[in-house]
Amino acid sequence: MIRSELIQKIADENPHLFQRDVERIVNTIFEEVIEAMARGDRVELRGFGAFSVKQRDARVGRNPRTGESVDVDEKHVPFFKTGKLLRDRLNGN
Amino acid sequence: MSDKTLTRMDLSEAVFREVGLSRNESAQLVESVLAHMSDALVDGETVKISSFGTFSVRDKAARVGRNPKTGEEVPISPRRVLTFRPSHLMKDRVAAGNKR
Repeated sequence: MIRSELIQKIADENPHLFQRDVERIVNTIFEEVIEAMARGDRVELRGFGAFSVKQRDARVGRNPRTGESVDVDEKHVPFFKTGKLLRDRLNGN
Repeated sequence: MSDKTLTRMDLSEAVFREVGLSRNESAQLVESVLAHMSDALVDGETVKISSFGTFSVRDKAARVGRNPKTGEEVPISPRRVLTFRPSHLMKDRVAAGNKR
């Protein structure tokens, strides 16, 4: 399923809404999650899962081609943990 | 970093502000989005949201685990797990936003 198919499903269920409003609604939801994580916040959606930010410490990496060592700065990466209900549903419980 | 936790309520509030719908209907729309994504994943589909990320379901084989406390061996049955791969855009925005 891709973004446009998700929008179509929601539009089909809500014939009273304009397609462009459904697009704005779906885009707002995903945008809000990214903005929260960009601020360092967590987004916890019970039953579905939680988005959070993990810190990766600075380290000395290596250029795999030349073998040369390079300093890699600390950075923050997005992380998703599946919620219990969805995890159970995936396994037919 | 502000270290706050957002919930469904904050997402529906954002929808409410963005489009002129009632708070109740905004909340229901957030719920349907999550429900459709969950259903597709349970059906084994990959959910690919451009400029956000990709959710995919992977099959894990059975293996023998160990209770770390007692050292006892326990069988772990085969199962399906969900993985999320963030888009480049998400990674870049999260890295930039949290930079000190």
